[in-house]
Amino acid sequence: MTLTELLAGALIFLGSFVFVGFPDFYSRVHPAGNGDTLGLPLVLLGLAIYEGFTHTSLKIVLVLIFLLLTGPVASHALARSAFLTRQQEEESNVD
Amino acid sequence: MLVSALFVILLATGISLYRAVMGPTAHDRVLAINVVNTKTVVIIVLIGFINRRPEVFMDIAIIYAVINFVSTLAFLRYLESRRVD
Repeated sequence: MTLTELLAGALIFLGSFVFVGFPDFYSRVHPAGNGDTLGLPLVLLGLAIYEGFTHTSLKIVLVLIFLLLTGPVASHALARSAFLTRQQEEESNVD
Repeated sequence: MLVSALFVILLATGISLYRAVMGPTAHDRVLAINVVNTKTVVIIVLIGFINRRPEVFMDIAIIYAVINFVSTLAFLRYLESRRVD
């Protein structure tokens, strides 16, 4: 548990620093998705191992799977929405 | 150990909130709020373990994760079309 928490803490911390520091929106989507998809589920995995085989650890694994599914989907939807919105603005500027 | 992990995630949340406040575009703010909400799910689970009754806080964490995802997609729909439907 200690090892996963240490690794996850380093990932989350570096990810948030890089997230704030990058200059462009599309380059900021990348570290945000990484920190959410690897760092936070590692914390949950460590807690599930700490808890043992109970109902609570089953729910922790459910939250973990849900975060792993929805994090990349949300990042992809954000990048796609930003692209579509910018395209609309450029088209309206041309007209 | 749990308290130190909680402090690391809280510090990272504070750093991410800077982008939510100072973000140049609306999409930057939505991205930052999504990151902060995803960290909040893990913070809720950690608070449950620190209080030694995680079975109560796990349900709150599941509901918070679902609301986070749906609200992000709803915000993006609104930003694309400027309509709520």
